[in-house]
Amino acid sequence: MLIFEHSQTGRGNPSQAPLSKAEVKDIPEKFRRKQKPLLPEISEMQAVRHYTRLSQKNFSIDTHFYPLGSCTMKYNPRACNKLAMLPNLLGRHPYAPESTGQGFLACMYELQEMLKDVTGMKAVSLTPLAGAQGEFAGVAMIRAYHESRGDQGRTEILVPDAAHGTNPATAVMCGYTVREIPTDANGDVDIESLKAAVGPQTAGLMLTNPSTLGVFERKIHEISKIVHEAGGLLYYDGANLNAILGRVKPGDMGFDVIHMNLHKTFSTPHGGGGPGAGPVAANSRLEPFLPVPIVGQVQDKYLWETEKTRPQSIGRLSANMGNAGVLLRAYVYARLLGREGMHRVAEFSTLNANYIMAELARRGFILAFPKRRATHEFVLTFKQLKEETGVSAMDVAKRLLDKGFHAPTTYFPLLVPECFLIEPTETEAKEELDRFIAAMDEILKEAHSSAEMVKGAPHTLPVKRLDDVRAARELDLAWKRTG
Amino acid sequence: MLASIGVKSINDLFDEIPENLRAGKLTQVPEGQSEMEVGRLMQARANQDGTYLNFIGAGAYEHHIPAAVWEIVTRGEFYSAYTPYQAEASQGTLQLLYEYQTMMASLTGMDVSNASLYDGASGLAESVLMAVRAHKQARKILMPSTVHPIYRRVVQAIVKNQNIELVEIPHGNEGGHTIPESLKNYEGGEFAALVIPQPNFFGVLEEVDALTDWAHAHNMFAIGLVNPTALALLTPPGNWGEKGADITVGEGQPLGAPLSSGGPYYGFLCCKQALVRQMPGRIIGRTVDKNGKSGFALTLQAREQHIRRSKATSNICTNQGLVVAASTIYMALLGPEGLERVARASHANTLALVERLTAIKGVTRVFNRPVFHEAVLRLDAPVADALRALEAQGILGGYDLSEHYPHLGQALLICATETRTREDIEQYAFHLERIVSKRRLDPPCAVKANPNV
Repeated sequence: MLIFEHSQTGRGNPSQAPLSKAEVKDIPEKFRRKQKPLLPEISEMQAVRHYTRLSQKNFSIDTHFYPLGSCTMKYNPRACNKLAMLPNLLGRHPYAPESTGQGFLACMYELQEMLKDVTGMKAVSLTPLAGAQGEFAGVAMIRAYHESRGDQGRTEILVPDAAHGTNPATAVMCGYTVREIPTDANGDVDIESLKAAVGPQTAGLMLTNPSTLGVFERKIHEISKIVHEAGGLLYYDGANLNAILGRVKPGDMGFDVIHMNLHKTFSTPHGGGGPGAGPVAANSRLEPFLPVPIVGQVQDKYLWETEKTRPQSIGRLSANMGNAGVLLRAYVYARLLGREGMHRVAEFSTLNANYIMAELARRGFILAFPKRRATHEFVLTFKQLKEETGVSAMDVAKRLLDKGFHAPTTYFPLLVPECFLIEPTETEAKEELDRFIAAMDEILKEAHSSAEMVKGAPHTLPVKRLDDVRAARELDLAWKRTG
Repeated sequence: MLASIGVKSINDLFDEIPENLRAGKLTQVPEGQSEMEVGRLMQARANQDGTYLNFIGAGAYEHHIPAAVWEIVTRGEFYSAYTPYQAEASQGTLQLLYEYQTMMASLTGMDVSNASLYDGASGLAESVLMAVRAHKQARKILMPSTVHPIYRRVVQAIVKNQNIELVEIPHGNEGGHTIPESLKNYEGGEFAALVIPQPNFFGVLEEVDALTDWAHAHNMFAIGLVNPTALALLTPPGNWGEKGADITVGEGQPLGAPLSSGGPYYGFLCCKQALVRQMPGRIIGRTVDKNGKSGFALTLQAREQHIRRSKATSNICTNQGLVVAASTIYMALLGPEGLERVARASHANTLALVERLTAIKGVTRVFNRPVFHEAVLRLDAPVADALRALEAQGILGGYDLSEHYPHLGQALLICATETRTREDIEQYAFHLERIVSKRRLDPPCAVKANPNV
């Protein structure tokens, strides 16, 4: 039932808005709204019950193991939420003077310092509102760098064919054409193809390492050398930073610019699809081009560095300084974890992934890259299962929902047919991993014994499999009052 | 676990990483602290920042948020879920977003809404890109100077690499609005869209009907940039002029998101049905399951980066789901009547504030047109000094316009939402009067040197 179907004309919550209906003194009739908007008229309890019940139809980290590859669905400590929502922090206006926000700015400054250490970069801007915006910032900085040198011929961004879809989409938003570089059979970038692709038109290469294939790009030094010798720059997509947090620094790998997804590695909540935060870090070559504002320090005072002090900046990406509340959660997380805690993140996320991989391989699941170590995630393929039984990766995913597990990422990376990308994260206990392994094992057996049942999954959720084709063809994007 | 994997130590799991990269130990990250210690630290930082009586608006507005809103939003089932890729296991988030789309489409008078963008400023950039895509011929955009100056910078930063040019329209000096007759200067200029803010950055109401009709008569899209609270009182963009705006965008923060130093907020984006396939961002559709039962799913994904890659409508991936959940619950709790009362009270309080402050000698109102809940004042003293002196009294007196609108002189943008009381306004007036009169009597440095007197 939709919230609108609970609505009764005239019902409401008078105590939650001003009690009196103030006079509209200065808005001429021609500007006035004639018809009331379609908002529900319900009691507070009806609203609370409706949305509480809706929440219960969700799988979430707090309720379910959520091994969604490339999304790093680790536990979100409650302290991060509570401390980021202290009243003074929530009440601060974005354009309030720096003098009224020294406590807040101290947190942001220290977060910048910690992220510099984590990435091995010279400077950080916290302003990008999400990973894709961080990517945009990084590529726009590469463009600004080449333009600042009068190097106008660099029109192309190289992207491995295994890359996230955001990478090519971002390159196009920055006015570049995209050239894809193939991957070899073991999941590394094909070096000969890269050598053939670089040239005076190369602006840069966008790379995720570990890659989206769940393996570490072993030839990273060679890649860095090839791209740099051609005059291009190296951009690091930080989507998979969790795998190397506190163990390997992207700056040491030769990257010039990197974005981080704090909603992944730094455990800020995914919130049903956001808000995220995508800070961008750069080495000394690209530092002048970082987006503003950035938190600076003069003696013991914190202040905003803006276009005035950073004239080569690519500019601003949001009306304010970024998703401050998300950044505060990341800051609290980093302080709780500390240095040693961060080192353990990479260790345990890698251990958990390799453990599931080994156990599943032992039970007859087929690995996409059997000769490789898993990083914090790994890829399975159900191509053979589909040929034998008709059960697809999507069917296995839906059946996992029945067994109380959120499905891994399906059909990504695009290079591997009928695949799962599985990322358990460091916060899951061995017992939970074992339950997941057992559930996967059961499904594999079910696929052979009762394929139709698996293909009909899920059977236990509020709805059965939904008709996506109809959703796109007969668009119903808003409820309409009938009668 | 190690035995199962067949390694001796965790270190062995990293043996594919080149040796010389594996020394990346952290040095600047401090030692970890207990929850109690970090709690003490954060409380001290929050205390340091204090609380102020706020009269700043300028795109972020202090409104009362009903207690139930964030209580529900921070339930783990909303807070710790992700993008609803597995629709059957995400019906809660999906239905909520469908309800949001319904509310937002109705509030703006448009056919459809997406499930949100990052914020109002980047949302405006996305709407500009959308208009250029849909227009197919023109790559120039008419951008009034009455649009939020930082929004204009953000749009510039985001669209400039795609050879899109923003052409600024100066505002009228008396009304502080875009004068419809002045648009004839731009006829024949091959523009893809005209951006129409309502209310504009000065709080002033624009001649939206005339502007919309002019845009349509000259083969361009009309993009409405609106404040969602104001829409409880003002004509929704879908009803502007003869045909209504084509795209409506804005900052969602006023609907249930705390000020929080600037984020997380969200951008809303609505459009006419004909443009839906040019929309960026997530869109939720209602459909049926295989038994014919109603359900919700992400739809029109063929526009998006994870399918279309370099041909996507945008690189946008996440939305601002959790903040949108707050807005949906906020709108559900207030209903049409409650939202209208908030809008009315904000309008009335701002008028009361303007009336009270302009009664002070040396304080005048700059523009003569109607406003929603902000207005521009001119002081007989440097604005920065006055604001600093007010700050010392615990008052944030408004947004200094001198950087972005130097031609307005010593101008200040003020706002009083429903959260400001008569006493708050009186307190502001009391201190401003002292500051302005002192400034008249004393040498210029006196206020700065001794703000507490």
